[in-house]
Amino acid sequence: MSTRLATQGRLLNRGAQVKFTFNGRTMTGFEGDTLASALLANDQMLVGRSFKYHRPRGIVASGAEEPNALVNLGRDGKFEPNARATTTELFAGLTARSQNHWPSLEMDVGVVNNYAARFMPAGFYYKTFIHPRAAWKHVFEPFIRHAAGLGAAPKSADADRYEHFYAFVDVLIIGGGIAGLQAALAAGEAGAKVLLVEQTSHWGGRAPVDGVEINGAPADDWIKNALQALENMPNVTIRTRTMGAGVYDHGYALVYERLADHKPDADLPRHRLWKIRAGQIITATGAIERPLSFAGNDVPGVMLASALRDYVVNYGVSVGDRTVVVTNNDDAYRTAIAVKAAGLDVAAIIDARPDGGGPLAAEAESLGIRVEKGTAVAKVNGSKRVTGVEICPQAGEGKTMTLIPCDAVAMSGGWSPVVHLWSHCGGKLIWDDAQAHFKPDASRPPMGDKGQPFVITAGIADGAMRSAEVLANADAAGKEAAKRTGSTPKSTKAPKASDADENPMAPVWKMPQGAGYKLRSKMFLDFQNDVKVSDVQLAAQEGFESVEHTKRYTTLGMATDQGKLSNINGLAVLAESLNSEIPQVGTTTFRPPYTPISMASIAGEARGEIFQPLRRTPIHGWGDDNNADWEPVGHWRRAYAYPKQGESVEDAVNREVLATRKSLGLLDASTLGKIIVKGPDAGKFLDMLYTNMMSNLKPGKCRYGLMCTENGFLTDDGVVARMDDDTWLCHTTTGGAERIHAHMEEWLQTEWWDWKVYTANLTEQFAQIAVVGPNARKLLEKLGGMDVSKDALGFMEWAEGQIGGFDARVFRISFSGELSYEIAVPASQGRAFWDALHEAGAEWNATAYGTEALHILRAEKGFIMIGDETDGTVIPQDLGLHWALSKKKDDYLGKRAQQRSHMTDPDRWQLVGLETTDGSVLPDGAYAYETDLSRAQRGAAEFAEGKHAAVNANGQSLACGRVTSTYYSATLKRGIAMGLVRNGPDRMGEVLQFTNINDDPISAKIVSPVFYDPEGEKQNV
Amino acid sequence: MLILECPYCGVSGEETEFHAGGEAHITRASVGDDDQAFETYLFMRKNPKGVHFERWQHAYGCGKWFHAARCTMTLEVFGTYSAQTFTPPKALLAEIAKKRSGFEFEGGAS
Repeated sequence: MSTRLATQGRLLNRGAQVKFTFNGRTMTGFEGDTLASALLANDQMLVGRSFKYHRPRGIVASGAEEPNALVNLGRDGKFEPNARATTTELFAGLTARSQNHWPSLEMDVGVVNNYAARFMPAGFYYKTFIHPRAAWKHVFEPFIRHAAGLGAAPKSADADRYEHFYAFVDVLIIGGGIAGLQAALAAGEAGAKVLLVEQTSHWGGRAPVDGVEINGAPADDWIKNALQALENMPNVTIRTRTMGAGVYDHGYALVYERLADHKPDADLPRHRLWKIRAGQIITATGAIERPLSFAGNDVPGVMLASALRDYVVNYGVSVGDRTVVVTNNDDAYRTAIAVKAAGLDVAAIIDARPDGGGPLAAEAESLGIRVEKGTAVAKVNGSKRVTGVEICPQAGEGKTMTLIPCDAVAMSGGWSPVVHLWSHCGGKLIWDDAQAHFKPDASRPPMGDKGQPFVITAGIADGAMRSAEVLANADAAGKEAAKRTGSTPKSTKAPKASDADENPMAPVWKMPQGAGYKLRSKMFLDFQNDVKVSDVQLAAQEGFESVEHTKRYTTLGMATDQGKLSNINGLAVLAESLNSEIPQVGTTTFRPPYTPISMASIAGEARGEIFQPLRRTPIHGWGDDNNADWEPVGHWRRAYAYPKQGESVEDAVNREVLATRKSLGLLDASTLGKIIVKGPDAGKFLDMLYTNMMSNLKPGKCRYGLMCTENGFLTDDGVVARMDDDTWLCHTTTGGAERIHAHMEEWLQTEWWDWKVYTANLTEQFAQIAVVGPNARKLLEKLGGMDVSKDALGFMEWAEGQIGGFDARVFRISFSGELSYEIAVPASQGRAFWDALHEAGAEWNATAYGTEALHILRAEKGFIMIGDETDGTVIPQDLGLHWALSKKKDDYLGKRAQQRSHMTDPDRWQLVGLETTDGSVLPDGAYAYETDLSRAQRGAAEFAEGKHAAVNANGQSLACGRVTSTYYSATLKRGIAMGLVRNGPDRMGEVLQFTNINDDPISAKIVSPVFYDPEGEKQNV
Repeated sequence: MLILECPYCGVSGEETEFHAGGEAHITRASVGDDDQAFETYLFMRKNPKGVHFERWQHAYGCGKWFHAARCTMTLEVFGTYSAQTFTPPKALLAEIAKKRSGFEFEGGAS
């Protein structure tokens, strides 16, 4: 069993007991515990189930690399799934539940997957997707969905707050072990602005656990002094619980600070995401121990040797009463010695190396520990907990020599530098044969904006395995980084560290060397995703030679630990299966973040109302006061309709339409884009921008214009008014103001830069109100001021003057087919003018109308709407807008594209009106399909020739059109619609069938798109 | 996230201040050009592993378009310059040639 020791535990505050619950059971730990160490102290080794086979899973590691110990943490607004127990600090009242099991952790039905394991090999999901389709749908998927899934999704809104932080530093140092501390001292003493971050809550990393001495004293003493020195430097900032999450282009880094995870009741942001621009980045990120691949290496109780040592030394936790150490290197002997020193029993050290270890081995033997050289673990006994190991010669095939009873196994396959942050932005790796690991290649670092290297790696992350090397190389890294950022390093020497000499390690990728299939299929590489040695071998056999393909096929390294434990071991197995060398096989790509960061930290403060700024017109407040039903249009909010008390939105829309048609409507049109284009070449420029002629527009006149992209497709439309000789005012769509202004600037700056044109976006400088309906003129005349009579201000003319005392520009343009004036007043006067119009218009029942009425009014007239009738594939010719395409101009944006063969195809879908035979409203976006048999037969022949057709090769009807706008017209008391139909204008009167999801198709007749007042008499009075 | 220097306002800014606009030095084809020439203008873009001349706009700054010469592999920015030119500045080309042996500027879309 695992239990708390009476001694040891350098990180604990034994004076402060902490109560917490796991799966509803109350347990006790100490301040300074992680959730993992506290669980072990309470003999809770079993913490979860694996993803695929639901095998029992115990704690394997003591840090960020832990693959198994993921829990559902907290509840309600503070609930979080997949919290890593090894990096979760214990606090009073912590509640955790294990995950990925059903119905309970101890008794899990999914474990049948385990017995079916031989039927669920590598690529199981891919193979099953293809093979028995029905089985997937009816058997596998429902079962897997029910029984599996990592963690539960939170049900409540996040109750915490999060923030972003921006920092600019000379030197960012990631990792607060002795390497990071020494690098910070060296850079800090040189005067560089330094930020040093450490992901855990304590400084110094492994050195104190490993018995390192610095300057002749225990590492802890040196660490204390180093911290004091750093705290005294005003140019150095240090942060614990802060992880380097990612390194990006040109010295950008994301750093993730967990301020309040360990004290959830504090009035603090829970997480803080630092966005840092650093001159130089030092990655002092340490190394991660590799597991060994032997049969049953996943049984709870098998742990990394370093982790087991951490639990004893740092947390005073005994993982087992009787430990077997399995290793291929000297470092694991430290675990045996530490366990023995804690008064616990070490049953044996199984060393795969025929010659065994150096001075540490001698020390272990002198403590009376049995050491077996050239030996391997043949298999681990036990299911929910280790009960013993069977040992065999490493060189053999796994024939058991002896059974050693034990309840804990400490394994060490060597150490791999944490190269993630070095690699994120292109730092390359080299293979170190002696240590059998990849390490950063200092000659190929990530490059900055000037082509300078901007990442330096230090300590064991650089492959410096001995602590003396670690400090020397970290000192050099700190000085180099300071120098590169313009400081002058002090000519000090690095402190001297000493630790025991070590014999060379020996690469061991499976145990024993000649293990057969049966053993290999129990050797786990990826503990969370259940990828075994045999799976990688099968993938290689099936032709997955690229490491990236093997990863995806087997899911090796795709679990939430991102392959921190499994990567190198998996590569080695793949290389061996391919008869290749590990460096030739290469690694998969390291991608940020180093460990998962919370989604909320990425969102930061941008939640709720401040997620996105809101644009309000000067008349917005009136809408709020009058029950506006808001809809988002770009960043604006526009009123869809203004329902009165007790009125439905739909009824309000119909009322607004009828009031406008019969008497008087008012529309807040302030959001329409208003761009001034001015200069000697403005006319020439607008002729290029619009499909029709704008240079010959007379001052005082207005013209409707179309804009296309260089691809020929419609991008915007609006009325252009000529102000004076060299000034035009271009109205754009609501969503188009910024986009079209940018479009103008792009062409002016990058193509026609010698043209003398100036543009300015004045959208927000004016409020614009459309006064619409048969009584529009009467209202303006009642308010008094400028002459708005038919003779003084004709249709498509504009004038400047005063209306009711307001300075106004009055445009006689109409998007509704009614007598209509669009009146622009200074934005500051917008609300007052709007109120004045309502007050004076009361006698004509002046009615504010919203965007839906606006849409219906324009659709009744067959006017197109950018974004409804157009979708980036539609050209003006499709919409019957030939009249707006100038034939006088040599060129305009889109003209050449509109000559391309596909654009001139007579079979393009073209704009028509659609009238349902029963008067109902067509569904928006519904597709029409050909039903005319003769057309269909002709279509089959055309299809065979690769031309457009009505049916496909299987005789199925093809779509021949779609609905682009569809409304109930209160004016006409029936549904009206517009749509694009193949050869539409030639097919007037034909009845088409339109799809109607989950219902019978709807018949609609092709008609003219102008439903109301086709002669245009009403707008021209 | 890149750092770019706007040659107009002189600000050295974060990539989020800028807006990328694709390959630079493309010659416009239009009415009168054949289909092939127009297709090349409209669609054909270089995608080099190495030196790339590209358009950027200082969208959240002075609003100006400019050009940048950048290595797509190492992300080194060799320099930025006015967009109102048909070829990159000679000095910049010389500097790139010094850093990338065998480099030659090929104007326009190929």
